[in-house]
Amino acid sequence: MIQEKRIKIDIRHLNLYFFKEKILKDINLEISSNQILGIIGPAGSGKTSFLRSLNRMNELETGSRIEGQILLDGIDIYKKELNVVTLRKRVGIVFALPVALPMSIYENVVYGVRLSGNNDKTHLDEIVEKSLSEAFLWDEVKDRLSLSGLRLSGGQQQRLCLARVLAMKPDVILLDEPCSGLDPISTTWIEDALTELKKLYTIILVTNNTMQAARVADTTAFFLMGELMEVGLTKKIFTDPVKKETNDYITGRFG
Amino acid sequence: MRIPPKYTQIGAIAILGAASVLTVAILIFIIVFVLQKGLPILSINFLFTNPSDMGRSGGILPILIGTILLPLLAIIIAAPLGIGTSVYLAEFTSESRVTRLIRFGTDCLAGVPSIIFGLFGFIFFVTILGMGWSIMSGGLSLAFMVLPTIIRTSEEAIRSVPKAYREVSFSLGATRWQTVRKVILPNALPGIVTGVILGIGRSIEETAVVIFTAGSSLLIPTSVFDSTRTMAVHFYILAREGLSMENAYGTAAALIIAVLIVNLSAYLLMHRFIAKRN
Repeated sequence: MIQEKRIKIDIRHLNLYFFKEKILKDINLEISSNQILGIIGPAGSGKTSFLRSLNRMNELETGSRIEGQILLDGIDIYKKELNVVTLRKRVGIVFALPVALPMSIYENVVYGVRLSGNNDKTHLDEIVEKSLSEAFLWDEVKDRLSLSGLRLSGGQQQRLCLARVLAMKPDVILLDEPCSGLDPISTTWIEDALTELKKLYTIILVTNNTMQAARVADTTAFFLMGELMEVGLTKKIFTDPVKKETNDYITGRFG
Repeated sequence: MRIPPKYTQIGAIAILGAASVLTVAILIFIIVFVLQKGLPILSINFLFTNPSDMGRSGGILPILIGTILLPLLAIIIAAPLGIGTSVYLAEFTSESRVTRLIRFGTDCLAGVPSIIFGLFGFIFFVTILGMGWSIMSGGLSLAFMVLPTIIRTSEEAIRSVPKAYREVSFSLGATRWQTVRKVILPNALPGIVTGVILGIGRSIEETAVVIFTAGSSLLIPTSVFDSTRTMAVHFYILAREGLSMENAYGTAAALIIAVLIVNLSAYLLMHRFIAKRN
């Protein structure tokens, strides 16, 4: 099924500050739905800060301030009336280090669902099976759902984190270097899951592994020193980048 | 002249080891000394009969009741207040001059000698509010005394819950309160319970505050506005007035055993709680 691509997130003149320091400088970017946007760039280039501004996680740090607009389906996510809780349910995030909450696998998956007051057992059971399957984890854990999430391996925990986000049926999934702590096999699991999931969700993947972006991303954006240097189809970025810096980075000359 | 590391290492182990051994030895000596003198007097009969002749003979039934009721009331008042304050300080405020002031205040309060709390309780609860020498006055004064301990230990416990748990919870659309209730409190519970147990311990062993605010009645209390006497106060009076050294030791033995039971049961409860979660 080929879905019509449309603009899911529209970022206009985004500046992000932490106290006096300017972290992101005038970012303009349109993100299409049902695709994977890969974000690459050296450490400290603002990739993670950018990602976290898409579901207002930056607000949790003191001293953060933004200018500009981020439109999700045409609605400014930073406007005052918008409920940040609802936003975070629509825009889920998977962090760099897998963090299972200290509760059972089952409870980890339904954590977000329960928060909205949905406690119907059959409904939750369905969600658990569906989300874990989508995250390619169901077969490994289906017999021990009451086991503490902390007992899983790192790779399994990261897929659990993905399942936890999927359980809330978000529109957008943000992934912040989800494979940085994982072995190659777990990485393959996650990448396969993402390729499947983009049919249903809009995915934004920050990665330090340039090759990962090349493998799974449809579009790739290159960040440097808080600026969006270049964005385009992944193939184009990796074979024929416009900017010299992009070329230097992907060929490993710095970063 | 520089001593070779091999010898400083041996020296360090010897000194540190000796310190630990000495500490444990002193503790054991005190407990054995009291129990040796007190256990022969201590019996079911001693615990559950009324004292007679000012405590020269008879048992400690009213005192046992007082020793349960006073710390219980103190902790019922202090635990919610203290835990509430610590959650607020740790989770709902960012570090500012006001939070530093509150923290400085609690630290000062923790350092105030208990007799000052006793005096305050006497003037404020007993006299001004007219509660008289009563379980109520005593419970409130003890609550104020243990509040700082509970606040600081709970706050430490809450702050030691990994920041990543909060982030995950918020990212899944939890409000601050949902995060506190579902993630932070369950994980901080062992530390919080430790603080509460310390509070119970301090109120059980307290004498000065109780004498000033709850009085030293030997009758079984029938309401929270009756005066009562705790074990700590009882053996202070027995020993101080030279009424009966035997019964003083008997009471002391009962007190030590009570404190041990409180600590042990809290420890076991917590262990079961942690085991259930993992």
